[in-house]
Amino acid sequence: MSTGWTREQMAARAALDIPDGSYVNLGIGIPELVTRFVPEGREFIYHTENGMLGMGPPPAEEDRDLDLMNAGKKYVTALPGAAYFHHADSFSMIRGGHIDVCVLGTMQVAANGDIANWSTGAPDAIPAVGGAMDLVQGVKNIFVITQHTTRHGDPKLVETCSYPLTGAGVVSRIFTDLAVVDITQDGFRVVELAPGVTFEEVQEKTGAAILPPD
Amino acid sequence: MINKQFPSVAEAVSDIPDGAIVMVGGFGASGSPIELLHALIDHGAKDLTVINNNTGNGVVGLAALIGNGQVRKMICSFPRSSQSRVFPKLYREGRIELEIVPQGTLAERIRVAGAGIPAFYTPTTVGTVLADGKEVREFEGRDYVLEPWLKADFALIKCEVADPLGNLTYNKTARNFSPLMCMAANTTIVQTGKLVARGDIDPEHVVTPGIFVNRIVEVSHPVHEDTLIAEGRSYP
Repeated sequence: MSTGWTREQMAARAALDIPDGSYVNLGIGIPELVTRFVPEGREFIYHTENGMLGMGPPPAEEDRDLDLMNAGKKYVTALPGAAYFHHADSFSMIRGGHIDVCVLGTMQVAANGDIANWSTGAPDAIPAVGGAMDLVQGVKNIFVITQHTTRHGDPKLVETCSYPLTGAGVVSRIFTDLAVVDITQDGFRVVELAPGVTFEEVQEKTGAAILPPD
Repeated sequence: MINKQFPSVAEAVSDIPDGAIVMVGGFGASGSPIELLHALIDHGAKDLTVINNNTGNGVVGLAALIGNGQVRKMICSFPRSSQSRVFPKLYREGRIELEIVPQGTLAERIRVAGAGIPAFYTPTTVGTVLADGKEVREFEGRDYVLEPWLKADFALIKCEVADPLGNLTYNKTARNFSPLMCMAANTTIVQTGKLVARGDIDPEHVVTPGIFVNRIVEVSHPVHEDTLIAEGRSYP
């Protein structure tokens, strides 16, 4: 029984599938690690919803600018060639199909590409959607990075999402600790298995039918 | 000569009535007009509807306004964050209303209000509970949801540099919703870190043209929400 890919390896594997010159928006959590694994010879330009293209890594504490943060409200830097803009322009980039790739974390993804990552729907939960619904509708390629199962061992790749949807039929590719999985017309299909992981193990931990690699 | 300068934040907000709809610029701490918000707390207008991306942090600025019981309803995209405690508590106690709006839809509803367009169709929320009860129309084979404009009586805005005509520039990601809110409010009140003479801002560099601004107050060295929170401060 393998342990599959680490968080860093999942992010590195996702980065391999982002073409050179892409405009990229990264969600909070494991997706943020993608910046550390840009393949040699490629350049990605990072977009943040709160109004910047050309976002750079976090600054040293003494170099912080309190007016320069990312959508996760963490301090960041601006790389040479960066641009600032207001929120309507920022979401025009998103909704207008100008951002090439968005990498998101999730609670659930369904075999038809539905994604649920904003609310558990619990009665006492305070709803908070942020830009997630705009991103999944507008960005050309929606990638998801997620553990294959929850902490309790429940599948996160499911037949139908039980949580409220963020968007319907929008996800194209999923990177988990066990495999790379595509959403196809026939549902989930394994593209690549993590080293030492078997297809049977992936099938067992997936909450829907899943096709083997071609 | 047109001069939109006001002598103090207190005078700039003194006519905001109970029940007003107030847009507040800022995304989290960046761009939050803390001095104007504290002046609004001192002024005491209540029963407000406030439009902001979030609900403030700690017990300063927007969170303090909410905590002071002056806000009846929040319209925002993301009401909780790591340091937001005031709003979640009041919400769970049923003492404040919430309208949740996706961030891009929030920005565009504000923008179109300023642009004189009463509604627009967007793909955002199609197939989700946030589209429930809304008109859906198909364009070129894809569904879109109808969203109305979002107007306000007042906007409270922080900028970096202003001139007496109300031409504004911002600092980095502190710009966020502010240029849109300037357009969408009947009365736009701006606190600026620096007030310069007419002509001192290159026309090519103006981000918000003065036509969208009504009142300017110079607040040199404005406090920053993150700094106040790090120092454990609260308001009033």
